[in-house]
Amino acid sequence: MSDAPKTKTILLGPIFNDNPIGLQILGICSALAVTTNLNTTLTMCLALTLVTAFSSFFISSIRKHIPTSIRIIVQMIIIASLVIVVDQALKAYAYGISKDLSVFVGLIITNCIVMGRAEAFAMKNPPVLSFLDGIGNGLGYSAMLLTLGVIRELSGSGKLFGIEIIPLVSDGGWYVPCGIMLLPPSAFFLIGLIIWGLRTVKTDQVEAIDFKITSHTKVKDAF
Amino acid sequence: MSNDSVSKTIIVATLLCLVCSVIVSVAAVSLKPIQKQNKLLDKQKNILAAAGLLSPGVSVKDAFEKVEVKLVNVSEGRFATESELADLGVTDLSLYNQRRAAKTSGINVKLPSDIDTASIHSRAKYAAVYLYRDSNGGLDKIILPIHGYGLWSTLYGFIALENDLNTVAGLGFYEHAETPGLGGEVDNPRWKAQWPGKQVYKEDNSVGLRLKKGGVDASKPQAIYQVDALAGASLTSRGVTNLVQFWMGNDGFGLFLNNIRGEGV
Repeated sequence: MSDAPKTKTILLGPIFNDNPIGLQILGICSALAVTTNLNTTLTMCLALTLVTAFSSFFISSIRKHIPTSIRIIVQMIIIASLVIVVDQALKAYAYGISKDLSVFVGLIITNCIVMGRAEAFAMKNPPVLSFLDGIGNGLGYSAMLLTLGVIRELSGSGKLFGIEIIPLVSDGGWYVPCGIMLLPPSAFFLIGLIIWGLRTVKTDQVEAIDFKITSHTKVKDAF
Repeated sequence: MSNDSVSKTIIVATLLCLVCSVIVSVAAVSLKPIQKQNKLLDKQKNILAAAGLLSPGVSVKDAFEKVEVKLVNVSEGRFATESELADLGVTDLSLYNQRRAAKTSGINVKLPSDIDTASIHSRAKYAAVYLYRDSNGGLDKIILPIHGYGLWSTLYGFIALENDLNTVAGLGFYEHAETPGLGGEVDNPRWKAQWPGKQVYKEDNSVGLRLKKGGVDASKPQAIYQVDALAGASLTSRGVTNLVQFWMGNDGFGLFLNNIRGEGV
């Protein structure tokens, strides 16, 4: 029973307290690329959560046999194999979405969250906990991506999951879409705002300043 | 055996690679037929969508039954002969990869810059065209592949013509990366709805069809050749005009359409 609170922290902690994107600033690239439309966002979240969970599970189960000299390569091989399986399955069963996601499914291999969890958690913890940690971090990633996806799709194209919510001017409605929301930089601005919000509420997430900009040298200091 | 010994390292690496390669190969091989099917279905859907033949309730496969695929020798403006098909090594025409052919020397045609208005550098010698038959077996619509450069990307699509080989039945792009909301509006169904009914060729047989900046004035006689340009997307609009004019012109399907207009298919 003593494990119960720990399990809960591992599973739900990454959503607000230890968000992989918000606090650890990992996995930004796919957050910019796949959040213009909720269908692709959701598929990406599912794919990443599954890959993180299973790769953590498998890596953790063989962690006592992984030679330190090749541990990163071992992790990469397991992650890459899982990603290829996911990619192949998407191409077979969700062709339209896999076309929209294009290279970003393959790029899960290089997603820092997967590798980060494997190295930081799965190498030191038992398989079931590592699996839960993978799910938890996947949920944290998903929470951030879905937030971005809702904001971007709704304000950029007036839709959610491709279903019209606000009629656009170009379709005879009244809403002039915010075009920048469909472009990658908008996700950067939104992530920045969300991190600001998170750190305002949870002040323990604020990092110590490690570099302070000094003021300019005044003319009289020079003499 | 210590974890870090050379032999253990090699054993772990070998076993892991074996297991992973088996898993990956099994997934790739067992899913291949479904993936191939998907790819084909997707292409057929794009073809039907361009011609406005996709209706809810009718499966893509059923609708495509009435479509006949043919290869056309574009420069000579005629269907490819049996011997040309044999040289090309294409047995199943639905699997002909025109995009790859456009980049393969020997079966492509380099376009000098003065005629390459669509900025595509080279085109395939043979183009796959799609004939949609009516219930009596006569030609109802013909669907032609078109592509050309817009602002950021090459737009790939199809244009469908009615059986007079002059009236547009529809146009659609299935792949592009134009700016969402501006050039990306080439996907907007309201914009695409302007195309059906427009005429491609003027009376002197030159290509009249083009996008018109500032909107089409329906009272003018040339309105029949014009479609509204996309708002805020001058370069994408220019690209679409160029690619339509290129493919409908004499360096594209112009000669072919002229020939079959006389002979019929």
